[in-house]
Amino acid sequence: MNADKLQRIRSIILRAKRWDLFFTLLGILSLMVGVLTFTVLFVDMAIQGVPRLNLDFFTSFPSRRAANAGILSAWVGTVLVMLLTALAAVPLGVAAGVYLEEYAPKNWITDIIEINISNLAGIPSIVYGLLALGLFVYYFGFGQSILSAGLTLALLILPVIIVATREAIRAIPQSIHEGSYACGATTWQTVRDHILPYSSAGILTGVIIGMARAIGETAPIITIGALTFIAFLPPAPFSGEPPAGLFDWIFAPFTVMPIQMFNWTSRPEAAFAVNAAAAGFVLVFMTLAMNGLAIYVRYRLRKNIKW
Amino acid sequence: MQIPTGTEPGVEGVVLKADVRDLDFYYGAFHALKKVSMPIHDHKVTALIGPSGCGKSTLLRCFNRMHDLYPGNRYAGGGIVLYPDNTNLLSPDVDPIEVRMRISMVFQKPNPFPKSIFENVAYSLRVRGMRNKNELDDRVEAALKEAALWNEVSGRLKELGANLSGGQQQRLCIARALASDPEIILFDEPTSALDPIATASIEELIIELKEKVTILIVTHNMQQAARISDFTAYMYLGEMIEFGVTDQIFIKPKKKATEDYITGRFG
Repeated sequence: MNADKLQRIRSIILRAKRWDLFFTLLGILSLMVGVLTFTVLFVDMAIQGVPRLNLDFFTSFPSRRAANAGILSAWVGTVLVMLLTALAAVPLGVAAGVYLEEYAPKNWITDIIEINISNLAGIPSIVYGLLALGLFVYYFGFGQSILSAGLTLALLILPVIIVATREAIRAIPQSIHEGSYACGATTWQTVRDHILPYSSAGILTGVIIGMARAIGETAPIITIGALTFIAFLPPAPFSGEPPAGLFDWIFAPFTVMPIQMFNWTSRPEAAFAVNAAAAGFVLVFMTLAMNGLAIYVRYRLRKNIKW
Repeated sequence: MQIPTGTEPGVEGVVLKADVRDLDFYYGAFHALKKVSMPIHDHKVTALIGPSGCGKSTLLRCFNRMHDLYPGNRYAGGGIVLYPDNTNLLSPDVDPIEVRMRISMVFQKPNPFPKSIFENVAYSLRVRGMRNKNELDDRVEAALKEAALWNEVSGRLKELGANLSGGQQQRLCIARALASDPEIILFDEPTSALDPIATASIEELIIELKEKVTILIVTHNMQQAARISDFTAYMYLGEMIEFGVTDQIFIKPKKKATEDYITGRFG
């Protein structure tokens, strides 16, 4: 190959590579917009809020004086609402996903149901709040309670869990599926012994994504009438006089972290803004902790699954 | 229990295990099997050969009603009669699970469950309601011995099946298919994902297994059919072109189409 030709090839490659450089820079820039925005917000919140964090902040009820106010009722409320959300949404979502993948006949009715499940995931959460106000709070008479809130958020994240369950099931190779049936297993035996164990990591991811969305939801909770100022905890089982029943707490009024934050940010005093930042930091930390747990459990579950 | 079938095997003293009679099968609108008939002889190896898309795997998967798992598949006429009880496997009155309990299958790509070696073999016993630990231990050991895998895995039954080599995984799947003591084992190109050494050991195993069970095997590899089978069926475009004793099919085929395929002039 003569030197002239080589020179020409090199200049063509150089010109072509400029586009690589361009897209690399564009990509980094796009990434930075997302990552930097979050980092700035989070760091700003941490700088404001972290000095405010001490044990009293977690063990005090809200107060008219910013320095005495704490998030006890808010974080207890959030934990209890999340517990009920998970208890309601996981069995329903997983059962619906398994039914659609393994049992449902493939016809136009299931097609319509499938399309609508995806649509449900896009409905604004305030609409779920209105539905819950009519259905749970008034019709079923659950009142403005932890139970109403848990069920509302469960409805909200149900589509996420159903879709995640179906995708996790579809990731199981056809050959494993057929292998189970070829052994003489019924559909239920296949689901119990193979489908659920092998898809649990993917289902768990969907559950956590859903829960992470639910933990920050404010609109539907306000709609069903969560209080913004609560200076007591739900009754612990068998406590008080007369003793509370095992499940009395689910009918107690409550507040949750985002509502507490919203309440504080709407106050004029600067000290309450600091409280809001501190509570925000705790809320983000709760979400990140949930995601961290999910990543760990998923890793443990996937370790024993090789096709 | 000898029943005359239209296709004369030409060998004395064989007993019929199953009989495919005028079987029609559709994938949706596609006519995949056209009036297929062939006998399956007891304790013999029967090979199905033919070019890709000829319907040999489709026919095999009728035997354990695998087609029932997917919508749009239709058994449109004829049947497969299993002897000695004269059960038509394709009859709507026969539960496909009952059929799969009697006829087990080994797939093209080894498909061990992501469970331990022990649990893989024990699974076909567990779905049959076996709970007794000692009985399970004995049956799993026996099946692994019959599949010529016991010596390699006896010390590590708790390890994942997926940690074995490809050939070992396929023998694990054979052990799983054997453990439930089936009447017929279906093999769907069991060596197409394996190297020549693993292939040789699986072939040897199949020849030994006919002492115990009737075998129906689909293969792409004509030499393999010639090496291990007693009877061979040649299929083309969903039709049964010729069925006969393997030596006769390979040395003196009666049909021109079979001869063309065997000699490599076609396919």
